[in-house]
Amino acid sequence: MDKLGKAQSELLEMDEIASGKSFVHRLHPLAKLVVTIVYIIFVVSFDKYNFTGLVPMVLFPVFIYQLAGVPVSLCFKKLRYVLPLVLAVGIVNPFFDNVPMLHLGNMVITGGVLSMLTLMLKGVLSIMASFILVATTKIDAICAALRKIHVPDIIVTLILLTYRYVGVMISEVSIMNNAYKLRAPGQKGIHFSAWGSFLGQLFLRSMDRAEELYSSMQLRAFKGEFYYADVHPATISSYVYVVVSILFFALFRFVDVSNLFGSLII
Amino acid sequence: MIEFKNVSFSYEKGKKILDDVSFTISDGESVGLIGANGAGKSTIMNLFLGLRFPSEGSAFVEGILVDKEHLSEVRRKIGFVLQNSDNQMFMPTVYEDMIFGPMNYGHSKEEVDQMVDTVLEELGLTYLKNRYNHKISGGEKRMAAIATVLAMRPRVILMDEPSTALDPVNRRTVINTINKLSQTKLIASHDLDMILDTCDRVILISEGRVVADGPTLEILKDRELLENNRMELPFCLQGYKG
Repeated sequence: MDKLGKAQSELLEMDEIASGKSFVHRLHPLAKLVVTIVYIIFVVSFDKYNFTGLVPMVLFPVFIYQLAGVPVSLCFKKLRYVLPLVLAVGIVNPFFDNVPMLHLGNMVITGGVLSMLTLMLKGVLSIMASFILVATTKIDAICAALRKIHVPDIIVTLILLTYRYVGVMISEVSIMNNAYKLRAPGQKGIHFSAWGSFLGQLFLRSMDRAEELYSSMQLRAFKGEFYYADVHPATISSYVYVVVSILFFALFRFVDVSNLFGSLII
Repeated sequence: MIEFKNVSFSYEKGKKILDDVSFTISDGESVGLIGANGAGKSTIMNLFLGLRFPSEGSAFVEGILVDKEHLSEVRRKIGFVLQNSDNQMFMPTVYEDMIFGPMNYGHSKEEVDQMVDTVLEELGLTYLKNRYNHKISGGEKRMAAIATVLAMRPRVILMDEPSTALDPVNRRTVINTINKLSQTKLIASHDLDMILDTCDRVILISEGRVVADGPTLEILKDRELLENNRMELPFCLQGYKG
């Protein structure tokens, strides 16, 4: 399978992973969405030098991944192209902030290094939390949850269609790429002279497919609002999940658990 | 019943795709729509579906005029099986695709589940219910596409090349399924053998006009008529000396 084929099957695979039957999968999508948003807000709100304070926040995604039966490695594998960008955030900090903050033996850790590490960790944790949401909740259910918190219909539909349409785009690119390769043996990738017509054709083909797909939706009475059949009423466990999670986040945010734990050992 | 009354249509001024086309298809009839590429078959389908509107004349579905005002009413009565099933099956699973239409019409979850189960059972496709669309074969996808349409309980079914790109066994399954359907059917296809197997009547379109309209065998055995309109005898009649 070529790279594009792999990308397409990975995307489709997410729907299968999201249809699991674990405790986390069965939670109400709105509960999972709220917890994810609150988690990211708490993570982002940590001070840029408070690396040790942020570390215990790792426990939440790790615990949820275990509970959902989703390997953590899957997140890093699927997001391998995004992670370098996340890690690149704050990479220049060490050059601008040289104030010594910590001494590890003979090694001096500057504020720049500390803030870079904190930013990287914040990025990774936010990505991990978002990924576990997507890996345990179908896109339709996430959209239904978004509608429940009154995110405008047009935005939710746009998210849903974009998610669905990415696969269609990849399949068109894959077909065109194969057709190109077959008539350009020995060439690595698409020659830049063909990029213009390639993109133009891709646009036209995508338009055609999008139009037919949309017609098919219209003919089945689609009027701009999806009816999300898969959302069941929230159970007591969903409420408990939200309350307990937020209490833990608040605990980790306002009590320096690492310091406390360290002082108990030393 | 569906009807075209003196319908003309053009995408650009002065170039008519359909020119004064009239025909009526009665309840329960199965009609084949044949013609060369660009003859106007897809346009006829689109006009019945309200995806386009006639420049002149009128289209009716079950007595309802196909116009912007009655679109919702018309589409409740008509189902369309697209040539490319990938464009028809846009949800992750067969089940989710099947409930898409009925849910949009406001049926309850219980009603919809009942409808889905009945259709899948009728078509012998119960095993496909929770399968992922990207993991089923082309033949299964075509059958599932028909199921998504049937789940909406249409009175009229339009099909665009339902047998295209199918292996002989899947093609035969689709043919048998079409023959089991009691709805009014209009089937556009170049597969004249399939038309012979599924339709009582054929409408031959050429350059936007109805060239012939009559019993299937009568039209499909007319070598001269077919060849004059860029078609040929169905394979099963190619040795026919009638």
